[in-house]
Amino acid sequence: MFKGKFIDNLPKIYGTYTGGFLVFIILMAIAEQAGMTAKTIGILFVAFTVCIYAFIGWMSRTVQVDAYYVAGRSVPTVFNGMATAADWMSGASFVAMAGGIYFGGYTYMAFLIGWTGGYILVSSLLAPYLRKFGCYTVPDFIGTRYGGNLARFCAVVVLTLASFTYVTAQINATGTIAARALAIPFELGVWVGLVSILLCSMLGGMRAVTWTQVAQYIVLIIAYLLPIFWISNKGGYGFFPHLMLGEEVARLGELEAQFGLVKNAAADVKAAGVPGGLKSISLPHSEVPAGGMAAWKFISLVICMMVGTASLPHILMRYFTTPSVKAARKSVAWSLFFIALLYTSAPMLATLSKLSLMDPNLATGIIGKDISAVMSIDWVQAWTAQKQAFIADFNGDGVLQLNEWFMRGDVVVLSTPEVAGLPYVISGLVAAGGMAAAMSTADGLILAIANALSHDVYYKIIDPKADVRKRLLVARGLLIVIGAAGAYIASMRITSILGAVAWAFDFAMSGLFFPLVLGVWWKRATRQGAIAGMITGLASGTAYLIYVYPKFMGNPAWLGIDHLRFGIIGASVCLVVMVVVSLMTPAPDSSTQKMIDEVRIPTGKTILGKQH
Amino acid sequence: MSNKEKHWEKTKGNMFLTLALWFFFGYIIFMFGESLNSASFLGYPLAYYMCAQGSIVAFVIILFWSANRQEKIDEECGFAERGEDD
Repeated sequence: MFKGKFIDNLPKIYGTYTGGFLVFIILMAIAEQAGMTAKTIGILFVAFTVCIYAFIGWMSRTVQVDAYYVAGRSVPTVFNGMATAADWMSGASFVAMAGGIYFGGYTYMAFLIGWTGGYILVSSLLAPYLRKFGCYTVPDFIGTRYGGNLARFCAVVVLTLASFTYVTAQINATGTIAARALAIPFELGVWVGLVSILLCSMLGGMRAVTWTQVAQYIVLIIAYLLPIFWISNKGGYGFFPHLMLGEEVARLGELEAQFGLVKNAAADVKAAGVPGGLKSISLPHSEVPAGGMAAWKFISLVICMMVGTASLPHILMRYFTTPSVKAARKSVAWSLFFIALLYTSAPMLATLSKLSLMDPNLATGIIGKDISAVMSIDWVQAWTAQKQAFIADFNGDGVLQLNEWFMRGDVVVLSTPEVAGLPYVISGLVAAGGMAAAMSTADGLILAIANALSHDVYYKIIDPKADVRKRLLVARGLLIVIGAAGAYIASMRITSILGAVAWAFDFAMSGLFFPLVLGVWWKRATRQGAIAGMITGLASGTAYLIYVYPKFMGNPAWLGIDHLRFGIIGASVCLVVMVVVSLMTPAPDSSTQKMIDEVRIPTGKTILGKQH
Repeated sequence: MSNKEKHWEKTKGNMFLTLALWFFFGYIIFMFGESLNSASFLGYPLAYYMCAQGSIVAFVIILFWSANRQEKIDEECGFAERGEDD
């Protein structure tokens, strides 16, 4: 059922699915009018979508190695683009990005540039060549190009460290959303989230993850764009917000000048009892901060996120699934197209929600109004009760100032429909979208780790004689173990200690970027060079992180390279060491040289066989 | 020069050109963000606009353009894949 014909029918199948989902939204809207409670709608939205993903996961079950690891290399470009977009856009992108822009303005938007521009590196330096190579996993490429188990093993270590840093945050996000939508405790929500994630990936590996990710992309993009267009039209800001919010951005500048951007002293915030993680607006929305250092901080963050993007294995492995080298290249372009739909909308959402809170001329505005009046608004009460928002009257004048309104970043996306007075069905939709975003990324990451451990460590290093049945059994077992480890850590709520999602990018770029790129582009790169590069790159990056992170040693950042940017140190060390050691050791033998020549042209057989 | 070498020279050329454009939209313009913001586009301050949409759209266009260019190079040198189209 999932062969040949299925691929030809994809547009029809997903077209029907999208139509069905829209019908479901309309049905929920009707049910809301008929008096269904907000809680039931929330539960139905999350349960309905998760059941569909599980169904797709079950339908895609497989017992073939190449279907399990690379979806049989038959995923068409456009669909692989959608799957990559879902793989890429995490729960953090979905719920936290608009919030980040809301608080950080232009400064935060360096993430937008970094998380999109990296795809140009993927397309021009890596994806087509890795596809030609025919590997199952990223360490598979390192292991074959450089030869030897040590190189392979080092790549597995970097991959696991980077992906695991990322995955706990995703399981955490699924837990938060599941807990809120299903009205269960967070600790239970985490495990419900994990079961949903495993249902999508366990039976069918990459094939199942691919087809669920496409379905998840459709849900998340509808859930993100619909409220933005609705609010923009309802509020009379323009029917196409992306092109028509110029005046609103300018108005925000005026309001910032009127209210004043005040950075609260940490002691005041603590004394007022503001719950942790809540922030007030203290940075300008569109103004560029002055000075060379500010520009360097922007650019250095962009460097880390771009180079990190090009080294993250769960993204690279998506391009192993296309039918051809040409398709891999085109697929990267489609991926960024689908990602851009959401990323270019996030600033618009931030602008609209910021304006609706800050403009005193609007009915929804709360800044500059009496605190007693603000405290009587329903959504303010609901979010303050959950410690997601907070009011601290620092100057005691009874009027809410800009620096007296505290909010958690996630609330921007989750509360905007409510604040703008849209029906609850939209909030349910947003919850389903956030769940889809977090699940799809978690699936990709867990699969990347489990595949590397089962294929590269178990099959290639420990037991090369294992048969297909045993290999897939190990792969599935590892999927459960890694997922459970991630969920366990997430349920202990220590993610604040584990640090930012940005760390995953820094770890990946420290250890993997140059060994991957030079493996294709520099024939002289040797095994010893690659191993030394991976080890010193990762070690120096990690050491610098420990040196600079406030919760560890907390030393002052060197040249503005703080804990979000430690990959710059790691990758530079990796490059220098790799080049020096490669030049000191004998050049790779002629068969390796020939292999690299083959990788560089799109035609001919892949380097590794179809089943290996 | 063999066909393979010619192909690789052209592929490298395409890569460097693509990365030059990438560097312009990803880095150069943000080095001058402060002065750029005094200009405006569609009513948005220019640096803000490039950050929110301009550069991202440029990246998408660069990717499609560069992929098409590389396909032409493959075709010219006789390395285009046949029969396995998407």
